[in-house]
Amino acid sequence: MLSRVGETLYWVSRYIERAENVARLINVNNMLMMDLPKGVSTGWEPLVDIIGARKTYLETHTDFSEAKALRYLLVGNDNISSILNSISSARESARTIRDVIPRDVWEEINTLYYYVKDSSKEGLSKRGRFAFLKTIIDSAHQIFGALDATINHDQGYVFIRFGSIIERADMTSRILDIRSESLIISEEAKPYENIQWISLLRSLSAYQMYRQQMGVRVQRSDVIEFVMHSEIFPRSILFCLYELKELISPLIKSLELIKLIDETIKEVKYKDVRALKNGYLHDYIDTIQIRLADIHNALAESYFLKPPEEI
Amino acid sequence: MKIDWKRYQTNGFFDELIDGQGKVRLHGEKLAQFFSKLSGEELRTARAVADLAIKEMGISFTVYDEGSMIDRAWPFDIIPRTIGKNEWQGIETGLKQRVEALNLFIDDLYHDQKIIKDGVFPKGLLEKSVNFRKQCVGINPPNKIWAHICGSDLVRDGNGTMFVLEDNLRVPSGVSYMLENRSVMKRVFPELFEQVPILPVDDYPSQLFDMLAAMTPRPHDRPEVVVLTPGVFNSAYFEHCYLAQEMGCELVEGRDLVVEKDDCVYMRTITGLQRVDVIYRRIDDLYLDPEAFLPDSQLGVPGLMRAWSKGNVALVNAPGAGVADDKVVYAYVPDMIKYYLGEEAKIANVPTFKCMDEKECDHVIKNIDKLVVKPANESGGYGLLIGPKSTKKEQQETIASIKKDPRNWVAQPTLSLSTVPTLDGIEPDGRHVDLRPFILSSGKDTKVTTGGLTRVAMNKGSLVVNSSQGGGSKDTWIVDEEAK
Repeated sequence: MLSRVGETLYWVSRYIERAENVARLINVNNMLMMDLPKGVSTGWEPLVDIIGARKTYLETHTDFSEAKALRYLLVGNDNISSILNSISSARESARTIRDVIPRDVWEEINTLYYYVKDSSKEGLSKRGRFAFLKTIIDSAHQIFGALDATINHDQGYVFIRFGSIIERADMTSRILDIRSESLIISEEAKPYENIQWISLLRSLSAYQMYRQQMGVRVQRSDVIEFVMHSEIFPRSILFCLYELKELISPLIKSLELIKLIDETIKEVKYKDVRALKNGYLHDYIDTIQIRLADIHNALAESYFLKPPEEI
Repeated sequence: MKIDWKRYQTNGFFDELIDGQGKVRLHGEKLAQFFSKLSGEELRTARAVADLAIKEMGISFTVYDEGSMIDRAWPFDIIPRTIGKNEWQGIETGLKQRVEALNLFIDDLYHDQKIIKDGVFPKGLLEKSVNFRKQCVGINPPNKIWAHICGSDLVRDGNGTMFVLEDNLRVPSGVSYMLENRSVMKRVFPELFEQVPILPVDDYPSQLFDMLAAMTPRPHDRPEVVVLTPGVFNSAYFEHCYLAQEMGCELVEGRDLVVEKDDCVYMRTITGLQRVDVIYRRIDDLYLDPEAFLPDSQLGVPGLMRAWSKGNVALVNAPGAGVADDKVVYAYVPDMIKYYLGEEAKIANVPTFKCMDEKECDHVIKNIDKLVVKPANESGGYGLLIGPKSTKKEQQETIASIKKDPRNWVAQPTLSLSTVPTLDGIEPDGRHVDLRPFILSSGKDTKVTTGGLTRVAMNKGSLVVNSSQGGGSKDTWIVDEEAK
């Protein structure tokens, strides 16, 4: 497998995973807003924080109104993580490796791109929003499903899975960080605390699985424990780290990378996250995010095509 | 409202489907019948299905417009162009003859130049050729084949006679559209394929692969064949991907390849360097190797020519093959066929005036409003002047260019190209077409695509079929008239 192709596969899948995650995030927030009274609702501001875009958003926007924030998240040209930009990047990358990916998968990515581009009005309207976002999520599932079921599970497959899972771990950590931060509960919001934690779980598609595994009512410490440490829930950070390690182990030149992942696993697994108060939780998640970035860099160092001056 | 072929006007042109008396030609009968039964609604639906299929399959080409790059869907017409199998077999033989002579000619030019010594081909023409590569002199590519893949453009005149208009020997493109047109048609009118005995086109990628693999310098190992593309910004990028995918080869860019100290070519993979045997290159000669040609080229691979000249890698088409892809050299192809093969050309050339000849040049300048005037080394219809459709000012500009560099210009009579019924809304109307078949030569055998790519000038009355200038395409059917 060409280094350039391995790298591109990684990004295609990472971008699609990102689009799917952002779509789910918006959907859940949308539902939550309908349940919360005005004074309690945190609005759309946290979503801009989750994708790490507060600074660039405020350069061109004066407030976080629904219309503005949604446009930014769905189709914002100036937002590299907007759904449209993610899918467009995935499509542009996929275009450069059309020879490698199955035809059906290319057609699905291409169709999804045109859908998002041509139907963004639906996403911006209150009524069409749910169906619009669901189509995106379904389509992402279809793309990953088709990839899983139709391509050779060789090195290329490793890069596809790696891109998707590292993005997933990253997004889980961001959602946990921002959501728990904004959940410093005021007196008047107390009655709504529970549904906000439920909504955090829902943004990770984790609510049902939480119920099944934890068997307890939804509360802060258990939610954090679940999304950080579950060894059976596929979006928990620990689960993702185990999977990254398993994926990369058969490849040559992976020793450094495995060592790095192992250290990160240790750091996550033996940390008593239940006890972390808000500010500390934030700092701790920061270190996890830096670790994930290091893992990406180590992967690129070992396998991706280097710019000409470094060869 | 259904299509009534009796209402269809051929306007004095040779129409591929309807003859001068308004009768449907034998090879098109079933097709015409089928279309005359479709309602306007069905036609509209079929067009929409075709457009959607093209959009979803991502069949596109790239055009440059005011400095930015636009990926455009491929304009496609749902009425196929039909040719009878009997006629096609004659054309096929003629194309094989032509390519055989062209390969002998190129090999001769890079070796003894007998054709010049024997006075058949003028020395002066070679000296001024922009596609002659001195770097290729004396090199012996496998089986003496230089133009492994040739795309020859065929046109009919008003009487229906087929002519070769030009031979594309550098990096001819369009074959993927030929294949995709067929798969779109299968999606749109599956029932037609049961009713009409249409010869398949699908085996092209495997024939291409076999030909490429046969060129390997290491015949005992499984050859590593790659397709070399300039990258995603190239107008034919879709095709590069398509062919690599269909052949199961790697699609590489220059930066993926490296020539090591052993003068062999390797690609950079995630597990290290891996030897490459055959490169189907879709990059023009001058960008192939910055050490041998343009030093600034970012697209090529330094040292590639070195590896090729030592026989460590096969380049397809061979560098320098373009010397025969020149609209002046074209005029000599019938002479070449006679010289090398001792045969008459089976498919005629369009009569061509060469401006390097003073008398012919005068004739061209005097009759510029009646002729099609072409620069020798442009492709894609650039620089072309169609006399009867040009303004006085354009004519004056072209005359000035001719006088500046007569070697670089030829002219041909304006052919009244044949037409094919093409949907304008839901009403068929004649549009001019050409045909580009592709010929594969390995030196051991020669294969011709079944039919080829039919390009259509989508605008009424237009003669320009290039996709960069408003052309579209149609599926091309070779129909077995004798099949029951």
